[in-house]
Amino acid sequence: MPKPSPAPDEVDKPFWDACNEGRLVIQNCKVCNRFQHPPQAACAECGSTENLEWSEVSGRGKIYGLGVMYDSPITSLTVDQPFNVAVIQLEEDPGINMLSHLPGTPVDDVPVGASVQVEFEATPETGQKVPEWRVVG
Amino acid sequence: MAESRTQNAPASMYRSSEGLGLWEHRGKVAIVGVGVSPTARRWDGTPETSVGAWSILAMHRALEDAGVSPEEVDGLVMTRETATGSPWPEGDPIPEDFTRMFKPGVNPLDGITGLSSEWILNNMPELTNVDFTMYGPGCISRSLVVAAQAVGDGLTDTCLVMRGWHNLSGRYYVGQAGRAANITSGLTKWSNTWGTVACYPTAMWFDQYCRKYGKTHEMHAPFVVNSKRNGLLFPEGYWAQHRPEPLTVEDYLSARWIAKPANLYDNDIPICVSSAFLVTTPERARDMKQKPVYILNHTSTTTQSRSTIATLEEAEASTDSMGRKTYEGAGIGPSDLSFENMYDGFAEFHQFHIEGLRYAGIKRGEALDLYETDISIEGPNPVSPSGGNIGSGRTRFWCHVDSVQQLQGRAGARQISKPAEIGVTGTMTPMAVETLVLSSTPG
Repeated sequence: MPKPSPAPDEVDKPFWDACNEGRLVIQNCKVCNRFQHPPQAACAECGSTENLEWSEVSGRGKIYGLGVMYDSPITSLTVDQPFNVAVIQLEEDPGINMLSHLPGTPVDDVPVGASVQVEFEATPETGQKVPEWRVVG
Repeated sequence: MAESRTQNAPASMYRSSEGLGLWEHRGKVAIVGVGVSPTARRWDGTPETSVGAWSILAMHRALEDAGVSPEEVDGLVMTRETATGSPWPEGDPIPEDFTRMFKPGVNPLDGITGLSSEWILNNMPELTNVDFTMYGPGCISRSLVVAAQAVGDGLTDTCLVMRGWHNLSGRYYVGQAGRAANITSGLTKWSNTWGTVACYPTAMWFDQYCRKYGKTHEMHAPFVVNSKRNGLLFPEGYWAQHRPEPLTVEDYLSARWIAKPANLYDNDIPICVSSAFLVTTPERARDMKQKPVYILNHTSTTTQSRSTIATLEEAEASTDSMGRKTYEGAGIGPSDLSFENMYDGFAEFHQFHIEGLRYAGIKRGEALDLYETDISIEGPNPVSPSGGNIGSGRTRFWCHVDSVQQLQGRAGARQISKPAEIGVTGTMTPMAVETLVLSSTPG
């Protein structure tokens, strides 16, 4: 799907760079041993700016929930309406979630709770890759 | 925004924690007057109907309603924002007739797509004695709770509280330029990349809610139909004024999807309108025209979601906390409520609020069952007698206007049949909500 390209900023650039390399990384606070996503300048728990690191995760997760977009505000995506927008929970920490169009899964046929695997999709404007998720098993 | 001399209310003015006990000013602050401007779908570009002009009009109406002269007012608490997403087109000139009619504030677009206390006071010279000003940012509910605390603390004793809304042409939230953008930045990159619309998180919650509790979207129809009915009984509202069209269950169920399972009628319509309230002490209220409505408590709940999007569990935990705080500070329980006027913009999160409040004795997962009983204004458990945003357009203040009018016994055709003694009113979302407990007596 012709997604708009996310523009990396100073804080989240490592996440997007990793996507371009085919890796999924999540910000982690070494002190709190706690993932956070989307990335932030400081740990949301302890406020530390110096103890944040990037941890590569498995790219496995589960479908938590969904909605089906029939009236997206983003013009480039309206040609594919209706389309799924699912919430994916990471296997390593279900508290961390991301959105997904669930490529390969028809609208109104989304298996909530099913296992998914990350893949990376290039966006047209800049080529920036973004995480997407495909049902497996 | 440019600097304003007026500050956002400090965190200490919000009752945001559990365990605070009874509100120290319980029953010692009252709302007396209410004023609402006319409504319009979009701004017609004339200065007389600008959000600034209508905000001034709403404040004059609130003063007239309370029987208070402008020079008696010593406080102004307001919301600076006048839309959640209707930006002035970049590069468009400000209409000259607007700049001729009004004095400037701190931003060139004050009075058109925003407000400041400076703009209000520059254009209401009749408010000669205002020496307390404060912003309750983002929402009229924040302004009202800040005003309640300020009056209780003695910072002001005759305080106007105001919120205006503007709506321009073009697609709400993104504008025409944003809609066509091929690059996303800032926090919205985490949602715009996947094309979600504003109601998406609520739709996703609702979908999860239905899975968790075995409910359906069809069971939501009675709430929306009831809200539309109540809205058509609200002469101040947009639908009653411009499109008095009743909604049937069939209309609701056949409406187009926006973000399934949220359809057109699960969303509110952006409009232009302003409202104002006169908040004061019971002592001052004795000399005013309307019966005082006593504030028994106010609360604030802001819950940070752990990740990209808040989950149903987070929304439920947040509204559970809201409910506990609301009752604790007021010293009441669910059975004391005559009605509830919690927020509904978007309609599909109203049930999280009323379940958090255990309204009418319901527990988690039972709100849609309540909707299948008599939730009308004539019934034993009136649900959203204001009709809320769904019934009268996007404002976040119909709930407050109606609650005051219900408790004063002057809600007209919307007056609930049972005695209106205590009501709860509040906005916004399950993750960020302020509440007020209002009463016909000081308690």
